[in-house]
Amino acid sequence: MSSNVITIPGVQIEARPWVDELHQWLTTVDHKRLGILYILSALLFLVIGGVEAIIIRIQLIHSHNNFVSPQVFNRMFTMHGTTMIFFVAMPLLFGFANYLVPLMIGARDMAFPRLNALSFWLSFLGALLLYFSFLGGGGLYGAGNAPDAGWWAYAPLGARAFSPGHSFDYWTLALLVSGFGSMGTAINIIATVLCLRCPGMTLSRMPLFAWLNLVMAGMVLLVISPLTAAQIMLLVDRYLGGHFFDTQAGGSAVLWMHFFWIFGHPEVYVLVIPAFAFASEIIPVFSRKPIFGYPVMVAATVSIGFVSMSVWAHHMFTVGMNSYANSFFAITTMAVGVPTGIKIFNWIGTMWGGRIQFKTAMLFCIAFLFQFLLAGLTGIMQAAVPFDWQLSLSYFVVAHFHYVIVGGILFAMFGAFYYWYPKMTGRMLSERLGKWHFWLFLIGFHMTFTVMHIPGLLGMPRRIYTYEPGRGWDTLNLIVSIGAFIQAIAILVFVANLIISYFKGAPAGNDPWDAWTLEWSVSSPPPAYNFATVPTVASRRPLWDQKHPEDPDSRYE
Amino acid sequence: MRTESSTLRSLAQAILPLFWSATGVWASEPNGPAANATNIFAPASTPAKSIADLSLFVLIITGLIFAVVFALIVYCLVKFRDRATAAGREPAQVYGSTQIELAWTVIPILIVVVLFLASARVIHAIQDAPEPPNAVDVTVIGHQYWWEFRYPKLGIVTANELHIPVSEPGHPTPTFMQLLSADTDHSFWVPEIAGKTDLVPNHPNKMWMDPKRTGLFLGQCAQYCGVQHAKMLLRVSVDSPADFAAWVQAQQKSAVEDETVAAGRRVFESNACMNCHAITGTAANGRFGPDLTHLMSRATIAAGAAQNTHANLRLWVKDPSAFKPGCLMPAMQLSDADLDAVVSYMETLR
Repeated sequence: MSSNVITIPGVQIEARPWVDELHQWLTTVDHKRLGILYILSALLFLVIGGVEAIIIRIQLIHSHNNFVSPQVFNRMFTMHGTTMIFFVAMPLLFGFANYLVPLMIGARDMAFPRLNALSFWLSFLGALLLYFSFLGGGGLYGAGNAPDAGWWAYAPLGARAFSPGHSFDYWTLALLVSGFGSMGTAINIIATVLCLRCPGMTLSRMPLFAWLNLVMAGMVLLVISPLTAAQIMLLVDRYLGGHFFDTQAGGSAVLWMHFFWIFGHPEVYVLVIPAFAFASEIIPVFSRKPIFGYPVMVAATVSIGFVSMSVWAHHMFTVGMNSYANSFFAITTMAVGVPTGIKIFNWIGTMWGGRIQFKTAMLFCIAFLFQFLLAGLTGIMQAAVPFDWQLSLSYFVVAHFHYVIVGGILFAMFGAFYYWYPKMTGRMLSERLGKWHFWLFLIGFHMTFTVMHIPGLLGMPRRIYTYEPGRGWDTLNLIVSIGAFIQAIAILVFVANLIISYFKGAPAGNDPWDAWTLEWSVSSPPPAYNFATVPTVASRRPLWDQKHPEDPDSRYE
Repeated sequence: MRTESSTLRSLAQAILPLFWSATGVWASEPNGPAANATNIFAPASTPAKSIADLSLFVLIITGLIFAVVFALIVYCLVKFRDRATAAGREPAQVYGSTQIELAWTVIPILIVVVLFLASARVIHAIQDAPEPPNAVDVTVIGHQYWWEFRYPKLGIVTANELHIPVSEPGHPTPTFMQLLSADTDHSFWVPEIAGKTDLVPNHPNKMWMDPKRTGLFLGQCAQYCGVQHAKMLLRVSVDSPADFAAWVQAQQKSAVEDETVAAGRRVFESNACMNCHAITGTAANGRFGPDLTHLMSRATIAAGAAQNTHANLRLWVKDPSAFKPGCLMPAMQLSDADLDAVVSYMETLR
């Protein structure tokens, strides 16, 4: 494969003035640059959303605190949720998918490079629209800047009677516009994976990363559509006198819930399946073994994709559905646990008998395994409907989904950063800072989100800006807030690592981890054209075949 | 399921103290014991009790799964860590095993079936329980940041503090509630009495409870409903049959008329107060705010945000945002004399 990396003798690339360089970045249609733009914009909003989380945690540090007003608190949790889901998690995952999918399947770019650029800029415009509400949302009514209806914006809070002014319109438009961007990227990933695989790479030889992102993209297409439809209906309500969700004129609040959660629950899997993809690439390499049960992993992912489309109303067990509907959504929700469990077992099977190297990337994936296991189990608790009647809308739920999104997805993403940063920049991330980042974040995470389950069991509802003393919640909230600060410090270490290593990191070379997928066959960072000659593969691990000609994978598949 | 749940119950009873201590540790605050701590594992009513039992069952099963998988991962990490002795050699390349895959597919399916059946049984028992003829009926109406309670059979309207009779084993008197909303979504949650049910506009819901012991049970709105969602607190007073009967009798009376506070009553009736609040027997019949006919029978004001004392009441009328910034009651800009008069009047509403 190394024959694919070519240097062109005699071609000197002169350093361009920075304006030219910037222009190149802003007008690029290169999947690698767009991937990095996605990742950088997501990191920017990760810090902003993190600051909002810190404001929330300072306000809740003890009962009857007056750090911010209730209005500001409500805006903070609304912006935090919206930002983290739509403008951090999704762009980060799209960024990695954009960067890596073509490289892994031996393609020179995504199928539709211009659509790719359009999608990124639409998503970014969505984020800017959301944050412009801080400036432009106040409008005529003195109705507050920035949306404050919560990230799922249950009707009728989004109706004009309860959200006057324009701040809520920015929320609607932000989701609408970035939704179009997401759909564009989804179409692009699907087309790329299905049409641009290099010779020899049948679907059953594709890296799991590409498989899982294919499933993710299919889900994005299916679930962003109802969200977009709901936003348009909401705009019709707000500006054209419609009554879809306007309960005061006979509209239905429950209809909005269905629309939102048929997006909102599969969205969790849209986010977590790429996290599975990271783990499925990183764990084998640092265990020095191929992924255990590749076909089963693919089947489990596809069945998660299907079953997760029928679980949405488990967010609505307290809304007053009849006992049959509640039972149906209980069994579907529990059923998702089966393929998810299979995945966890297969990762353990991959490590079993291996030679596990505890690099930072692997540490994050191991922590991901533990935390995702726990998140799944607390999910099973909430699938037991009567138990959920107590847990739903309490801090237990907040703890549960942060276990999924931070403990699962974000940990896997950090693993991905440590694993692929050398490929993207040509420099290694510092392992020493990486270990600091890992341990600080792990400790902070558990202080915050493990402890956070308990106030839920003690009756503390979510989204309250303050609470009464004497309910047994003070000490717990203090611990939770301290944990949040420790996580913030860990994030600063991480950002410092990204910046310092970019300038001073050890050179990475093509293949620092002795890995097996095609992206490691090209230089770091890869040339604009990726592969000088399109590679041909004979197995799931082309670089293994190349490094072990005496015992290639292709003999066993 | 009966026999299974009896063995489970003994298991549960062994584990319950663990939960008590785990959750109870946090009930001690630096400034004294938390007298008002709530805990979903301290049920006082049948729905909460059957939920707590199911919860323990689910916790035991998920706990066992966690222990097994956790142990597997830790074993794997220790046993198969990279050792210097093996440097450079790749381990045996294993691609999978159909038998093992089959095992860890079938076992989780069986666990799911068991958990589902256990849940479905409790869903049915709680949701489809028939209403006995002697049940107390209450209509609960959620408003932005306060609760309205109506007893249609008894002709009572009150707010924020729900009174219901204790349900004694020999003479069960459960309370069945219809849940409505006047504006946004709310959720009725008193953890020790029952799970929560939302109050959704245009979507009437039901829930019921039969508390087995008297006392005060705290809860609050659980579904985000706007600026002051946090201070939409709930107090459920479970009374002995005699106390409940006395309370009903007192609430059914019209407002006390006391000529010594006629000035305050005039202030009330000549300002916008009466547009939102009702006091039976007077011209005030507004329904946007809580009924004040028996205001002084309640221990708290502002939906539980403050104790019902003279100073708090006066401050509340003067400037409601002192307790609840963003609440819908406006400051009426009354002069000090009018303020004192109207508060004196309100303090006669027993």
